[in-house]
Amino acid sequence: MPVTTIDGHEIHVDDEGFMTVYDEWSEDLGKTLAAQIGIDMTDEHWQAIRFLRSDFTAQGETPTLRRVSVTGGIPTKRLFQLFPKKPAKKMAYVAGLPKPQGCV
Amino acid sequence: MTDTTQAPQAAPMVPSFDDTETDRKLAIICSKGSLDMAYPGLILANAALGEGVETHLFFTFWGFDMINKKTMGDLKFTPLGNTATHMPQGLGGLPGITHMATSKLKKSIADLDVPEVPEFLDQIVASGGHLWACKMSADMNHLTEEDLYDEVEAIISASDFIELTEGAQLLFI
Repeated sequence: MPVTTIDGHEIHVDDEGFMTVYDEWSEDLGKTLAAQIGIDMTDEHWQAIRFLRSDFTAQGETPTLRRVSVTGGIPTKRLFQLFPKKPAKKMAYVAGLPKPQGCV
Repeated sequence: MTDTTQAPQAAPMVPSFDDTETDRKLAIICSKGSLDMAYPGLILANAALGEGVETHLFFTFWGFDMINKKTMGDLKFTPLGNTATHMPQGLGGLPGITHMATSKLKKSIADLDVPEVPEFLDQIVASGGHLWACKMSADMNHLTEEDLYDEVEAIISASDFIELTEGAQLLFI
């Protein structure tokens, strides 16, 4: 499993760069990860990321975009504005989680 | 403490989200009005939008049932003529079988937390998808925009659709 260093944080990642160890993440690191993909974190971004983290703990898998919208309560349209183009993957990346596996 | 004298580190591994290269376009022609044939187009459209792909759906012929307010929430599935159900074909024609098969399929879909057709269309539109209705189908069925799901952008001709999806990859379902 590759190890990469981002802004002084040494983290385990998969071949694409998604984090693989849940506990290596912190909000401080999340902010750094977001900056890597051009996202400046606001309260709304954090609301989504915190939902992803807690839902992952409860469900054992990264929530899909639909789940973030329906269960997490952030409208789909807004998610596309907060994390442009590829919201599901970008949220997973910032939250330090694997890419979501669900189709819908 | 940061040691500024050490050799520069390799660039961190960051997934490539291909933000700059986004001219990919997908056109999906939905021509079927049965429940089982409605979902492939919706699922693929949703997936494409989630990948940042500009997506257009064109509803034509029986596919009109997916956007007709009267029918869109009530699409059906029948095992009749569908050998993939692995049921004796004679059973398919019995009274009540279509209703039973539809309920069963709807439940399987709902169990996966996949929405029903109208809500799925809401999600596709919220994700930036474009919905178009076929003019000839509208004329044949004497339907106007009033009869169609509100988020359908317009009733357009086949040639208009071909024009606006120039360069797109195309799926016919």
